[in-house]
Amino acid sequence: MTLLSIEGVSRKFGNVTALSDVSIDIQQGEFFALLGPSGCGKTTLLRILAGFETPDRGGVRLDGADLLKLAPHKRPVNLMFQSYALFPHMTVAKNVAYGLERENLPRAEIKARVGEVLEKVGLEPMANRRPAQLSGGQQQRVALARAIVKRPRLLLLDEPLSALDKKVRAEMQLELKRLQHEVGITFVVVTHDQEEAMSLADRIAVMDQGRVEQVDAPVTLYDRPRTYFVADFIGANNLFTGAIRGGVFSAEGLGPLPSKATTADGSAALAIRPERVRLTEPTPGMVQGVVVDVSFYGGVSHIAVEVTGLGRKVLAATQGSARITPGTVVGVTWRPEDAVLIAN
Amino acid sequence: MSRGRGSNLARLIFLGPGLIMLTLLAVVPMLLMLSTMFFQRGRFGGVVYEFTTANFSRLFQPLYLNVIQDSLVVAGLVTVLALLIGYPTAYAIAQLPPKWKTIALLAIMLPFWTNFLIRMYAWTILLSGPGLVNEALTGIGLIDKPLELLYNRGTVVVGLLYGYLSLMILPIYSAVERLDPRLREASANLGASPVRTFFSVTLPLTLPSALIGAVLVFVPSFGNFVVPEILGGGKAIMVGNLIRDQFLKARDWPFGATIALVMVVVTVILLLAQAVVSRRTRSA
Ligand SMILES: Nc1ncnc2c1ncn2[C@@H]1O[C@H](COP(=O)(O)OP(=O)(O)OP(=O)(O)O)[C@@H](O)[C@H]1O
Ligand SMILES: [Mg+2]
Repeated sequence: MTLLSIEGVSRKFGNVTALSDVSIDIQQGEFFALLGPSGCGKTTLLRILAGFETPDRGGVRLDGADLLKLAPHKRPVNLMFQSYALFPHMTVAKNVAYGLERENLPRAEIKARVGEVLEKVGLEPMANRRPAQLSGGQQQRVALARAIVKRPRLLLLDEPLSALDKKVRAEMQLELKRLQHEVGITFVVVTHDQEEAMSLADRIAVMDQGRVEQVDAPVTLYDRPRTYFVADFIGANNLFTGAIRGGVFSAEGLGPLPSKATTADGSAALAIRPERVRLTEPTPGMVQGVVVDVSFYGGVSHIAVEVTGLGRKVLAATQGSARITPGTVVGVTWRPEDAVLIAN
Repeated sequence: MSRGRGSNLARLIFLGPGLIMLTLLAVVPMLLMLSTMFFQRGRFGGVVYEFTTANFSRLFQPLYLNVIQDSLVVAGLVTVLALLIGYPTAYAIAQLPPKWKTIALLAIMLPFWTNFLIRMYAWTILLSGPGLVNEALTGIGLIDKPLELLYNRGTVVVGLLYGYLSLMILPIYSAVERLDPRLREASANLGASPVRTFFSVTLPLTLPSALIGAVLVFVPSFGNFVVPEILGGGKAIMVGNLIRDQFLKARDWPFGATIALVMVVVTVILLLAQAVVSRRTRSA
């Protein structure tokens, strides 16, 4: 069931286009991530949903009702601010209780829920401190606690875990997943961290310069990027620009590359993941190059190959340590079905 | 170590001029002046250095106590009114677009460019029997005969308010201006109505500045003698008038100094109260 539908939303600030014709449908109970480079409009979109910004064009419906008509304080939506926006004159406990007090809940219930959520974010001992007496990561967890304690229909989190160290971050990720499953909250989470988006989200919207490039499940996004930007932005990728003629993709300066053309003739790009690239004995007719760098990363090794005729290096990843050494001449190939073709 | 000493020296150099001006040139003469309250007046003015506590007992005569009490009431009233008028004004200015903000602030500070005395005399022209306000009111037929607008306590209150209102507006304005707008958004997002947000977030965070404004308005109002003299016509006298009269007319320095002590004490108490409250609201 669709909980939130964003329909053709645009927003400009002067001549900066923060959002351009953004349309996204988010399902009830979904964990939805917004991913994109700095300044692509993620915060602006969340601010529109929370009611602090109005779109120039487009509409937003929550449960089928026009959300834009509601005053910010009447929306069943909680936003965790990128800058935290903690009340400096209140203790941690007071900050977290603030939203519950507005619902006129009994004192005992407020106290219990505040205690519970502070325990979850590991800040119970800090309950009586002021925000200024906390570290950045602790402040971020207070902001998170303040947003989730209300258990709203829709929870908007703007970079909720960016200031946390790896261990605490993993704990908080689990906590968010648990909230999604047990309480049935719908999440829209902004993150810079691809791995985080990949591991947490049911679906991800990749944004660039105010536009939505692709909305898909993490695996699809990784395996079948639909635009050049997505192919380049999500994970490591080798990208070749060129054209499809008669069902064959030819890269500029390289000639035909292994692929299964499903798109029509015209200019296109080919994307192949490093882990799909195979390095072989060079044979004529094959893309060839010289190994320039081999780095071992524990589980995997990255091998950079300087390909003749291509300005860039091609990256290959292999399991374990590589037996190849820099200077070796290799053939670069892959299975045709592993290559992704992107029409321009 | 040497670094610490270096920064101490720098600190001293920066603090020096201001501190010397304020301590040597202001506090020392004031202390000398206040010390005369333990002595007797000379027959033709001046001080006779013979110890006495008579000045203090004189202070507690109903005549003087009444004046002190009246002054506290007037200054208190002025401060409360300045807060009630100044807060909304400051808040509204802070919400204006940048260009209008500058214009509004200039308008607020405009009166500072002319002498206080002249402004007060200008008001007598405005408010006197045949003055502009009465002319206007009779002109549009609202009243038949001129109102007694001058020379009462109300006029003094209004005059002081007019004189010091900007001292209330400016600190509050800068506090509202500095307030992170996201805090108000966060409050709304958590379900607080605009009114609730004002009382739970905006007001507490700007209160310390409002208190500074209150002290800035109260202290000069309490000790003022120009306004009671000109707009109050000497009928509604205040502590400032008493002190001035003791020094300039009665030539009783010791008693003048004793009354001045009251002012110093009131001011110090207010400053302490302001410091305590703002420290409590800020943090710890
Ligand atoms: N109030 C504003 N006035 C002017 N420009 C704005 C305003 N808010 C956002 N912008 C601009 O709109 C664009 C999108 O901003 P937004 O804050 O939504 O980016 P973001 O995706 O959240 O970036 P980040 O990942 O760095 O937080 C940026 O170019 C930004 O400069
Ligand atoms: Mg942002």
